[in-house]
Amino acid sequence: MKFSENWLRSWVNPDLSSEALGHVLTMAGLEVEALEGVAPEFNNVVVAQVLSVEKHPDADRLNVCQVNVGEEAPLTIVCGAANVAVGIKVPCARIGAVLPGDFKIKQAKVRGIASFGMLCSAVEIGLATESDGLWIFPVDAPVGQSVREYLDLDDKLITLKLTPNRSDCSGISGIAREVAALTGSTLKLVAVEAQTVVLAEQLPVTVEDKIACPLYSGRLIRGVNAAAATPVWMQRRLERCGLRTINAVVDITNYVMMELGQPMHAFDAAQLSGGITVRRARHEEALTLLNDQAVLLDEEVLVIADEARVLALAGIMGGAGSGVELTTQDVFLEAAFFHPAAIAGRARRFGLATDSSFRFERGVDFASTVTALERATQLILQICGGSVGSITEVRGEQPARESITLRTSRVARVLGVVLDVDKISNIFKCLHFDYQLDGDNFSVTPPSFRFDLSIESDLIEEIARLHGYDNIPATAPHAALTMLPLDESLRPLPRIMQTLVARDYQEIVSYAFVDEQSERELSGNTNPVALQNPIASNLAVMRSSLIGGLVEALRFNLNRRQSRVRLFEAGACFANVAGEYLQSQRLSAIAYGSIVTEQWGAAARNVDFYDMKADLESLFAPNALRFVAAKHPALHPGRSAQVYFAERAIGWIGELHPQWLKEMPLAPVWFEVELAAVMQAAVPRLAEISKFLPVRRDLAVLVDESTSAQSLLDGMLRSCAPYVQEVVLFDVYRGKGVEQGKKSLAFRVLLQDTKKTLTDAEIEPGIAMLVEVLNKQGAQLRM
Amino acid sequence: MEELQQILEQALQQFTVISDEAELEQVKAKYLGKEGCLTVLLKGLGKLSNEERPAAGARINQVKQGIEAALQQRRDTIARDKLALKLAAESLDVTLPGRGTSTGGLHPVTRTLERIEQLFHSLGFAVSSGPEIEHDFYNFTALNIPENHPARAMHDTFYIDPEHVLRTHTSPVQVRYMENNQPPLKIISPGRVYRVDSDATHSPMFHQVEGLWVDEEISFANLKGVVQDFLQRFFEQDDLQVRFRPSFFPFTEPSAEMDMSWRGGWLEIGGCGMVHPNVLKHVNIDSEKYLGFAFGLGVERLAMLRYGVNDLRQFYESDLRFLKQFN
Repeated sequence: MKFSENWLRSWVNPDLSSEALGHVLTMAGLEVEALEGVAPEFNNVVVAQVLSVEKHPDADRLNVCQVNVGEEAPLTIVCGAANVAVGIKVPCARIGAVLPGDFKIKQAKVRGIASFGMLCSAVEIGLATESDGLWIFPVDAPVGQSVREYLDLDDKLITLKLTPNRSDCSGISGIAREVAALTGSTLKLVAVEAQTVVLAEQLPVTVEDKIACPLYSGRLIRGVNAAAATPVWMQRRLERCGLRTINAVVDITNYVMMELGQPMHAFDAAQLSGGITVRRARHEEALTLLNDQAVLLDEEVLVIADEARVLALAGIMGGAGSGVELTTQDVFLEAAFFHPAAIAGRARRFGLATDSSFRFERGVDFASTVTALERATQLILQICGGSVGSITEVRGEQPARESITLRTSRVARVLGVVLDVDKISNIFKCLHFDYQLDGDNFSVTPPSFRFDLSIESDLIEEIARLHGYDNIPATAPHAALTMLPLDESLRPLPRIMQTLVARDYQEIVSYAFVDEQSERELSGNTNPVALQNPIASNLAVMRSSLIGGLVEALRFNLNRRQSRVRLFEAGACFANVAGEYLQSQRLSAIAYGSIVTEQWGAAARNVDFYDMKADLESLFAPNALRFVAAKHPALHPGRSAQVYFAERAIGWIGELHPQWLKEMPLAPVWFEVELAAVMQAAVPRLAEISKFLPVRRDLAVLVDESTSAQSLLDGMLRSCAPYVQEVVLFDVYRGKGVEQGKKSLAFRVLLQDTKKTLTDAEIEPGIAMLVEVLNKQGAQLRM
Repeated sequence: MEELQQILEQALQQFTVISDEAELEQVKAKYLGKEGCLTVLLKGLGKLSNEERPAAGARINQVKQGIEAALQQRRDTIARDKLALKLAAESLDVTLPGRGTSTGGLHPVTRTLERIEQLFHSLGFAVSSGPEIEHDFYNFTALNIPENHPARAMHDTFYIDPEHVLRTHTSPVQVRYMENNQPPLKIISPGRVYRVDSDATHSPMFHQVEGLWVDEEISFANLKGVVQDFLQRFFEQDDLQVRFRPSFFPFTEPSAEMDMSWRGGWLEIGGCGMVHPNVLKHVNIDSEKYLGFAFGLGVERLAMLRYGVNDLRQFYESDLRFLKQFN
């Protein structure tokens, strides 16, 4: 809501600067978003009349003018504007004037002739960005008057960020009422009297849906001159509210809306067939709106119709062909109350947001329709003339204003500050709330212009607002102290992240929406969770994996000359499973480039699958993971594995498939796991520590390349060989001494007992069992 | 007699010029070995008379002890010198960079969230979370925002289908938590939220922290106290000014916008208010018995102010040159 400060001050004029007034509004919940002058600073510019124009003797394009600035003697001013002419009234910057941009006007000789000022265009005084010559004022402009005064340029524009509950402040009168309540200044109401009715004639009005339209009032005015000029003061106020001048009648309806907050509509009575009906639209009924937009309607939408057609979207916008034009002579003026529920959301359905729908969907004072009608009539008579018909009013049930009980004690309990009955009574008086007092309890009836008051809390907010939020102390709560539960079997997320940070990964946060193509290619997801209204086509679906964001972030950094990039992200991923949206938190990391930063003391080597695997395992330790070779659309088919934890597949690890590398010279390695699995950690239980030293035996075997180390380890561990505490693979060898197609694997076996030191005789049976298991899997013991 | 004294002096002198352990042992043999001169002298004692023998023996032994002591001293010196040499040879350029891997870092938003969580944790707030694809009911209806309410238009909502949205705020977690827990309640709920909006000061995805405290005696003054305390601790500025001004949220009444003083002006930092009785009613909490406050803070805004970030979009570009500055 944008409006002229001077207009507001014509209603209520507290002794406050513009800034102080803005502060009062902001601190009362009417946030001043902007407070700006209507014109830039300048001074010493007056209305002047050109008395004579003569060619400059030494310059073709210049004229030497005699100019009346309201003093006895005219001024000589050299002027270069092409449209200068005898008799015109224009702005004249006098000697000593300072124009926008700190442009100082001094006495100067222009090609030998002394010039005592400058005639100005709208650009030169900062009121336009382009112009084609001097700004020519109307003939009645008072010569000698300051231009700032003449054009009311010392006014300011106030823009309020109105919250949806404060529709009562969508008119100057409402804001003025609020300012009066807040500052104690007197509210100067505009006198609106009933206009004398000269026409007995009434247009029949039928309201079919009185719940949607509890009040409809209208009147005919005949013999109106719609072509009359809208007065400058009205144009100016409308313009400062951001409204265009259209024609006198439409301007007047807009003016009344801005003044009283009551949207109105004016029909050209000659275009109406029969009476007015307020009804629900019929299915697929068509209407072309004032803005030429064609809309198809249905029963959800309330319309104003005559016998032949739909005329307007009730409370939203008029239709084409029935509105007031310059040639209109007979006008039917409408001021109605449409129920917020009947208007809310309807404008948005058609992509509209109008001044009228804004007000009706939030709530318009249902007691003000007739006042608005009389006010508009008064202005139409003043400006356009005409004969006034009597008011037709169709009433249904008006919105209830049930009384609300307010307990003084509750105010103190909710706000934490004690306000007494007198203080509260005063606040209610300032706000024009009707109330009755019974002991310490108030019974309050909200006024018709407020739609946000229905429970005690609403009144408490009003009391707090008027008392001033600043005047409520900030105090620490008093409450019983209890400790929070602390589940030790969950590894906290910060610790998990810290593990990755310690392993040189940098956390990123990427958008949860991704490109559909990337989702399909990298995650093989052909049924993603899609947004109905994405912000961009490459952010149209919800990610099912974090890989897209990590690969994109990797590319972004490689394009900025980074050669070593290690990133991780923790975040939600989404899946569409039979119409259910599954959401799970994942943890994912990608590594690219050298295993360490380039340095003097360590050989350069690129990060590979096994580096990544160690990083992943470190997150779970001491829990063990299992890795099963498996294919993933994003990954190299021979270098990818599904990750299992506690018999359940919880993620993936692998090298990016060469087809997705594009310009990347190296292949990054990536993993992703369910965060819930990473978080699982058992509470430690101490096991007995053996006093006897373990015995180590190494077993080296030759196996086919295709035999996985895991299968041998599994076999050995399943064998339950006596005293065997640990079997760990510690060497893999290929090359000299090992035939092609084979590899040598070396296992370290630790044997230990808690009761005694083991002898060879006790060790050998266990080792023999392991060897047997290995042999069964085709592994030959190397000697 | 004189011979003995000569032997001693000669030995001591010889030892002082030897700097090799093996050589020292060889020289030692000359005096104390099987054929060494002192050994020979000792053997010759037998030729002396019983009267002379004890005195002569004592003199020889005295010299022998003198030689042995000198020998040990020399050994120690040689070892010490040798060690000193070895240590000198082994010295490093301690200014060479350390070897191995470097460390990464957390995203500034995570860093900020951890800080927020720690501060509220110190006051006994638990952390709760909720889904990001949220049912319309939790995102709006249960928060007293019925369909067609103008407040829905304030939210620029991403829709998945007519009933599901990307949550526009973390407030739905309030409702979910209150459905399953009885007062007194004290939670914060950090997380990602989504709005259809994108420019230097708006991101379609950002983070909020919701706070909720429901108890028998929790007032608006307490809300002011807690939020002010938090902001002063978060920015480590005891004189940080915090301002509350009336605003509107359908799920709080009274509602307020929180501003903090910043470089001579005021900056909006989030919204808050007393939990609306309708919201409590939805979750069967008696609004006569219990009162509560709720607040929502913009995490990126806090991070920007704390760390001097001017462009919101930088948080999501994953530029290492940006991210590493928070390590």
